[in-house]
Amino acid sequence: MNTKSCITNTCFFNIHESFMFRWEPSQDAFVIMYPEGIVKLNQTAGEILSYCDGKNTISDIVMHLAKKFNANEDFILEKVNDFLEVSHDKGWIRITS
Amino acid sequence: MTKVGSELRLDCNGAPIWLLLELTYKCPLKCAFCSNPTNLDDLDNELTTDEWKQVIRDAKNMGSMQIGFSGGEPTLRKDLEELVEEASNLGYYTNLITSGIGLTTKRLERLKKAGLRHIQLGMQSSESVTTHWLAGVDCFDKKIKIAKEIKRLGFPMVLNVPISKINIHLVPQIIELAAEIGVEYLELANVQYYNWALINRDQLMPTQEELIKAETQVIEARQRLGDKMTLFFVIPDYFEGRPKACMNGWGSIHLTVAPDGTVLPCSQARSMKHLNFPNVRNQDLSWIWHQSNEFNLYRGDSWMKEPCRSCSEKTTDFGGCRCQAFLLTGDASNTDPACSKSPHHSLITDAVQQAKITMNTSLIAREAGWVDLGVNS
Repeated sequence: MNTKSCITNTCFFNIHESFMFRWEPSQDAFVIMYPEGIVKLNQTAGEILSYCDGKNTISDIVMHLAKKFNANEDFILEKVNDFLEVSHDKGWIRITS
Repeated sequence: MTKVGSELRLDCNGAPIWLLLELTYKCPLKCAFCSNPTNLDDLDNELTTDEWKQVIRDAKNMGSMQIGFSGGEPTLRKDLEELVEEASNLGYYTNLITSGIGLTTKRLERLKKAGLRHIQLGMQSSESVTTHWLAGVDCFDKKIKIAKEIKRLGFPMVLNVPISKINIHLVPQIIELAAEIGVEYLELANVQYYNWALINRDQLMPTQEELIKAETQVIEARQRLGDKMTLFFVIPDYFEGRPKACMNGWGSIHLTVAPDGTVLPCSQARSMKHLNFPNVRNQDLSWIWHQSNEFNLYRGDSWMKEPCRSCSEKTTDFGGCRCQAFLLTGDASNTDPACSKSPHHSLITDAVQQAKITMNTSLIAREAGWVDLGVNS
């Protein structure tokens, strides 16, 4: 699936309703669950998806993360872009506008 | 059985992330490939609503995340909605595994409200004659109707079609039907030979040629359908020369609770008559999972004999299926005979050959009151 072209810095995202995204205390991690499957997310992936609530653009997500991890925005932007593309390809997230 | 997403290997910290509740063994269908026990008459003492809720809560505290409501036919339990709601409120991803018989629009709406996330609908075929043949009941039209209703209400849906000699020639039509209904996932699940399916093995097992043809048809359909539908089809272990990584290992990630509260490492484990599986009515679920002899017996790899013990693949397939090793060789700690390295592998190749020359297609229907006369063993 090639969805690269449809994700831009001004898009908003949310978690697709077929998927359940939440913090799982017993795993000490964010998880994403879908019909008969579970993915345990690493810290970065979990942080990015937690901002996919329909209220944040890529720029917003980068800003939040840069602040939180005291890191360079350009460095984070590339990572966020890549991961959102993967998430979109997997059907985890939808572009809401 | 290969399930959606089961290729993922999770580091689960020893938690039973997968909880399967077999709410009842009762079912309006009589499928000849059913994996429920054959002594259905002896297993009538179902847990109450409160007992099931306790199981759901206890497992959650142990790290369970995915919950399957199965059976028998789980919709025969009037408290299904109540149990789904309990699980949903606790944060489980809730799956209903159903034949569709017993579902109505009203119940689907109630289940949606209760927080049900996903429905796996079992179907037998793409048309009514083979459906009736395999299920022992005329139910095709009703299933189609309910499948469309499930989609109309917006549930993600897996269509699960157990594949056997009886319906393997219909694989292209089954794919077509699934696409027409609009399901997200179609699981063409090659029948696995336990319980009723084992009794009917000669009549159900397809030939290698039939499997290869079906696989080609699946690959062709995948290319044609693209992203619209995900198709699962795995060549069964009888033909692969290597066993399946059953349950990701014994007592590793999966916990089944049978209708009467018996706790099992997988639904089929009950067929191991030499084991006395613990029951939630007598023992704490966490103790059962972590401490009981039955759950520790085949955990890890210290129980393994040769050829598993020194095999480089033991961390990949965990020696295969303990139930299959027991059912076919009489010793659950033997290598799964589906493995070509097993000294018992001829049991598998002989069965494949036997099925190939079996022309009789009359099936023994799953029903209470059946008595094993030993003619098939």
